[in-house]
Amino acid sequence: MLGEIIGMSVANIVHNKTRSLLTILGIVIGVASIIALMLIGEGAAGNISSQLSGLGGNKLTVQISGTPIKRTLFEPDLRAIAEKPDVVAVSPATSSRAAVVYGSSRRNNVLIAGRSYSLFDSGQQTVASGRGLMPLDVEGRSRVAVLGSSLATALFGNRSPEGDEIIIAGQRFVVIGVLQEASGFAIGSLNNSVVVPYNVSERVVPNTRVSSLDVFFAEGADVTTVQADTEAALLQIFDGRDSAFAITNQQEILDIVQSITGTLTAMLAGIAAISLLVGGIGIMNMMLVSVTERTNEIGLRKALGAEPMQIMIQFLIESVILCLLGGFVGILLGGALAYLGAVLIGFPFVITAGPVLLAVGFSVTVGLVFGLAPARKASRLNPIDALRYV
Amino acid sequence: MAALLLLQDICKSYYLGEEEQPVLRNINLTVAAGEFLAVLGPSGSGKTTLMNIIGCLDVPTCGHYVLDGISVDTLNEKEMAKVRNRKIGFVFQNFQLLPRLTALGNVELPLVYSGLKTVERRARATAVLEQVGLGEKLRSYPNQLSGGQQQRVAIARAMVTNPAIILADEPTGALDQTTGQQIMELFGELNQAGSTIIMITHNREVAKVAGRTVRILDGELIEGGEARARRNYRYVRRQYRP
Repeated sequence: MLGEIIGMSVANIVHNKTRSLLTILGIVIGVASIIALMLIGEGAAGNISSQLSGLGGNKLTVQISGTPIKRTLFEPDLRAIAEKPDVVAVSPATSSRAAVVYGSSRRNNVLIAGRSYSLFDSGQQTVASGRGLMPLDVEGRSRVAVLGSSLATALFGNRSPEGDEIIIAGQRFVVIGVLQEASGFAIGSLNNSVVVPYNVSERVVPNTRVSSLDVFFAEGADVTTVQADTEAALLQIFDGRDSAFAITNQQEILDIVQSITGTLTAMLAGIAAISLLVGGIGIMNMMLVSVTERTNEIGLRKALGAEPMQIMIQFLIESVILCLLGGFVGILLGGALAYLGAVLIGFPFVITAGPVLLAVGFSVTVGLVFGLAPARKASRLNPIDALRYV
Repeated sequence: MAALLLLQDICKSYYLGEEEQPVLRNINLTVAAGEFLAVLGPSGSGKTTLMNIIGCLDVPTCGHYVLDGISVDTLNEKEMAKVRNRKIGFVFQNFQLLPRLTALGNVELPLVYSGLKTVERRARATAVLEQVGLGEKLRSYPNQLSGGQQQRVAIARAMVTNPAIILADEPTGALDQTTGQQIMELFGELNQAGSTIIMITHNREVAKVAGRTVRILDGELIEGGEARARRNYRYVRRQYRP
């Protein structure tokens, strides 16, 4: 029974090739855009996550806002945290903006990144040439600078800058190295900035203070214990004011990023779903035309003993098959688009079952929802009127 | 012989706005199994409405209709569909074949709705098509067949469910005289073989083939006596109303 009905539906769709093709176009576009967006979104999320974990999984990030009395952190404070069990390194960061000048080249508003030697010790950052910050640079508050790759090119062209003097916020600094270039989409890339000892940056640029702190701990250490220890140390430093700092661990950041990309993807997919709605209306229109065209056939089928439900099922199946066809083409097209996008932007291309199943589910739902009204109309036709209709 | 079909005081009215438009009045008709009945009447006489009621495509405004022991006027739409499928075979003036199905496919159609398995369906449809002389044309589409052949396919489709009655509405109306005659002969043969046939026509010549003829005029059945007597009675009663 069902087999015959499906056969008849397919025959009818094939008979009206051009019309069927045009009708499913809306569904094709809708499904394709949803699939493409979701696949690109997933690729982007995966890319961001892998970059985040690439920054070092065993890390706590502390945002420092300070108190009116104690606005920044000093070497002894950092040492106090570093001495806690399982803590491997503590890396403070300041950030401010100032002009950087070399000879006649001048760059305004460059990010002056105050860091400690731990930035290089922990392997977070490597140098392309020269050397990074060393403990002695920090302890001695040396006026040394490591240039970001783009900034180095901007100031020095192709020449090697090591040993040359540059002027940062009116003060002389010796260039000791150039940072390894970070890939285009890396978060917090230092390509366009200059790294100096954090305690130097506090003196050279006004209103600069340690605003964040990376606390690295040993592989396999318990995150909550380390977090509790760090918090205890910071409470002591800030005289018991817990509003002076906020600790986040890597997993929390990962969760936040994933939820943001997830929301964005869902939002874009939602916008794409509007085109599915439009496609659905197209299907409904085509099915209504089809019902009117086949009024006579419906009347005959009823006269031969078709129950209203059987007529309804016939038209519903036809609309679902149309939508599934559109969905299938849409998945292929969307997959191709996502692949193209992934290659162009440089994301990894991942195809997962989720979006595909969702697209198939969407197509069937659209077919059912928008096929319902025409199918109902067909099933309720009066056989006498229908037979007389020519 | 037992009555296969019984129409009792059937009437049917349509409403044009507020105004009631009676189409059938007090139809009483009994058809026995194996009969060949022709319902003769000019256009506008209500014969198509009568056929629709007999064919369970329409319900009467009043009266009772019993078909093969089933009281049809109490059925819902789904049950009516079942009765149409099992008890009635339709033959229409303009054949009403589905152009996208072969002769075999068209004849199989009622059996699809009976829920028969493909193999059995095919066997029965083939047998019936052979019976109407189209054993060679099983795979032909309607547009590859002549009018007479198309009507034969339609008759095969009407017979395939082995219905209680075959209901034919002007079956020769779209055919030339010779072909029409052949179709009428086929109906005669079917009747000889035991089929009950009710045929609706306005053609006296065609009606001659039938074993019994009733006339319908302005929504009333005449000839057969009952209707005329009733009308006379009403006439008399109206005359002498105080």
